[in-house]
Amino acid sequence: MPPAIAAVNDFVVKFANVNGSGSASANELFARSILRMGVPVSPRNIFPSNIQGLPTWYEVRVTEKGYLGRRGGVDLMVAMNPQTWAEDVKEIEPGGYLFYDSTKPMPSSAFREDVNVIGVPLTAICNATYTDARQRQLFKNIIYVGALSVLLDIDPKEIERLFGEQYKGKEKLLDSNVKALALGRDWAKQHLDTDAVKIKVRRANNVGNRIFVEGNNAAALGAVYGGATVCAWYPITPSSSLAEAFASHCKRLRHDKATGKAKYAIVQAEDELASIGIVIGAGWNGSRAFTSTSGPGISLMTEFIGLASFAEVPAVIVNVQRGGPSTGMPTRTQQSDLLSCAYASNGDTKHVLLFPEDPKECFEFTAEALDLADRLQTPIFVMTDLDIGMNHRLCEPFKWDEKRVFDRGKVMTAADLDAGKTFGRYLDVDGDGIPFRTYPGTHPTKGSYFTRGTTKDEYARYSEQGPVYVRNMERLQKKFATAAKIAPQPLRYSSPKATRYGVIYFGSTSPAMAEALDHLEADGHHVNALRVRSFPFSQAVEDFIHEHDKVFVVEQNRDGQLRSMIMNEFTLDARKVVPVLHYDGTPITARFIAADIAKKLGQFKVVPFDKAAS
Amino acid sequence: MTFIAKPKLHHPSLVKNKAGFTRRDYEGAVSTLCAGCGHDSISAAIIQACYELDILPHQVAKLSGIGCSSKAPTYFVGASHGFNTVHGRMPSVMTGANLANKDLIYMGVSGDGDSASIGLGQFAHIMRRGVNMTYVVMNNGVYGLTKGQFSATADKGSISKKGVANSDASIDMVSLAILMGATFVGRSFSGDKHQLVPLIKAAMSHKGAAFLDVISPCVAFNNHAGSTKSYEYVREHNEALNRLDFIEEREEITADYAPGTATTVQQHDGSILRLRKLGEDYDPSDKVSAMKRVQEGLASGEVVTGLLYVDPTPTDLHANLNTVDAPLNTLQTADLCPGSEQLERINASLR
Repeated sequence: MPPAIAAVNDFVVKFANVNGSGSASANELFARSILRMGVPVSPRNIFPSNIQGLPTWYEVRVTEKGYLGRRGGVDLMVAMNPQTWAEDVKEIEPGGYLFYDSTKPMPSSAFREDVNVIGVPLTAICNATYTDARQRQLFKNIIYVGALSVLLDIDPKEIERLFGEQYKGKEKLLDSNVKALALGRDWAKQHLDTDAVKIKVRRANNVGNRIFVEGNNAAALGAVYGGATVCAWYPITPSSSLAEAFASHCKRLRHDKATGKAKYAIVQAEDELASIGIVIGAGWNGSRAFTSTSGPGISLMTEFIGLASFAEVPAVIVNVQRGGPSTGMPTRTQQSDLLSCAYASNGDTKHVLLFPEDPKECFEFTAEALDLADRLQTPIFVMTDLDIGMNHRLCEPFKWDEKRVFDRGKVMTAADLDAGKTFGRYLDVDGDGIPFRTYPGTHPTKGSYFTRGTTKDEYARYSEQGPVYVRNMERLQKKFATAAKIAPQPLRYSSPKATRYGVIYFGSTSPAMAEALDHLEADGHHVNALRVRSFPFSQAVEDFIHEHDKVFVVEQNRDGQLRSMIMNEFTLDARKVVPVLHYDGTPITARFIAADIAKKLGQFKVVPFDKAAS
Repeated sequence: MTFIAKPKLHHPSLVKNKAGFTRRDYEGAVSTLCAGCGHDSISAAIIQACYELDILPHQVAKLSGIGCSSKAPTYFVGASHGFNTVHGRMPSVMTGANLANKDLIYMGVSGDGDSASIGLGQFAHIMRRGVNMTYVVMNNGVYGLTKGQFSATADKGSISKKGVANSDASIDMVSLAILMGATFVGRSFSGDKHQLVPLIKAAMSHKGAAFLDVISPCVAFNNHAGSTKSYEYVREHNEALNRLDFIEEREEITADYAPGTATTVQQHDGSILRLRKLGEDYDPSDKVSAMKRVQEGLASGEVVTGLLYVDPTPTDLHANLNTVDAPLNTLQTADLCPGSEQLERINASLR
């Protein structure tokens, strides 16, 4: 028997449950109570494409240092699902803990010798206390939270406070939950050796004023703040909760006080083709509009995306990426739609992508995307993913500059037209590649034009002449270069020591990357890092690569899609840019990144600097 | 087609309507469709309807899909914005456009390939959503731009120009529109201006989903013997149920009809639809009997035309969504952004 794992504020608890058993809210309660003790947590739902019956897991990383990426490995398994028992038990680290419902005796072969076993007869306690079957089911979850709070030293007052917030005005529910919690706590105190469990939570002050929110909720709020008035969507995991959150935010924040009428329109369309069509129609007509979807939805929208790009109509598409291809792994996470979004549609098309790292940037970038769509008159993709979108993540609070006004871009008004300004719908007047547009209905005699997906000249007149086509395509290229300058710029994190090695990453890889850089640094591997936040790439991306001998590109897909785009956009030696790829559908971990980079550095025969110096 | 540009100068004696525009102000570019194409007659009818309704030309938004019919918006109301979208997907774009600005007049123009074949799904859904619009299908049963393939409205047994009989059942757009919840449904013939113009005017005044199926023979690929969409066939089999007089609210009703020969329906905007009966008793406000009559026509090979169904008090998508009175595209930062103080409260609720 290895020594029992001992850790304060630095461990992973995994709950194995049955989908639809009411475990989700109890597990979230567990995570929030630790957060309220000032200790950062990073929870993740690992759920099936199913409503009831299939296995589901909830993993909570308790991390005083604030490492919010998935760690990998499990220190304490709360094994509530007989169906997955064997694989759950196998996953526990040697010296770790297994918490289970001991109502029915289990053969010793079901356990591991190198794991500490904690049995609580949850079903028996429930059956003795409750008669109603649903109550027996639901309170079993609260009872295990109670028992765990005793074992891990979680302050029960924090849990009770959370109950108080959740069941405000529903005293009966509040009471019964508090009682169930006490039931679990009392049983644990009477029957368990709490000292035998050596992973503990200790009050800290590392949460600060950060907020705990899901990326989809944050992106929806960004759409409200960014002035979206039209939302069209089609249900698809993992993006559905984004449109639903938009609806609930709008219900609170977007009704006219005097009349009660809605300052927004939401349409659940018949499919993704209609969703994007509605968005494009609204954008053409001067409303800010967005849709949220995931990979298969993008596939369906592709023809329309080409139209919006070529006819230069603003649109915002939030792609909450999941595992592909095809239906793929609908409830798992990946960053594998970069190519399908960046180059969506037939002909020479390229699109603007934004890569938020967390809910805070989901909020910011969605609001920003609505400005960029108007300014650039083109579709803007916000490339989030399931890991950010559907998990609560600790992040900096949302901020909004009170003086900020929506930037509607180049729009010619009736007054401009009356003043005799020349209007050419596709005429570049100042060299940035972006023409002026008019909203339909602007002026009785001036400024009308025909929008089409066919080739046209500067004045929107249909033309299939080669030179006219080429002029237009070159202007669009110029507009793309403008996008690279005004989209969110990459952020650089420099190693304390000079190094010839760099790493490029983006999006939800961010927390694992930050932790991996610490690991690498501790092992004497110095690496500079650049977080790419948008496509087309800033010149800073090429400069960063030129500055280093080798640059790792870390991403969550098989084909190194960001790397392909970098190779495609810049002139580089391909051997210099080294892929680090994780794509099994689980969120990337610091352990994986650090190990893979260390291994590759070894292959380059690198001796860490401090060792070389000695 | 003609290569001569239209002169921009108007004859000074042209009569202006109440909005101050002549009929020519509602014209568009010169048509590039084949000489004798039914679609050009429909464009002319739309021009006439807009002129007679005293519409401000720039208050019209024209949307279309892809195909011969979808080119037509270029040929009418040139002072308005138009959007030639993608094949079969105009309905969603028009839905979005309508959501953005409820104050414009939406004219959707499509064909049988665009709406019944590739775009059947979107056609159905725009009707059931009750988008306030006039949706015209220029129906010739054939693909023109790709040279003569059958579309989904071609009748079973109809013979193509190459002599092949169509073996698939046809889709009746009128039945479908009624079934899907359109609140104004009519059918007409491009060769019957007197029936078509009042129908377009009534449809444009209808505050809900208005659909017009206009049989519009294709002179190049579907105007031969054996076709059921040829000029000759439609003229022979046209069974008009009624003749419509469209009377705007402010107009005085002058003509008198003998009792029992006309029915009137008042629409929500005050306009009156007076239907002169032609032979049989037909009540266009009765959805069930409308469906029955249209189906009877299909069974007997008649092309049943006229105002087939109308709900005089429809609710449109904006009413269903309870949107504010101002067009959504006029709302500014102050109207839409909840501000930083509110955001602080939201932050506090997330801790």
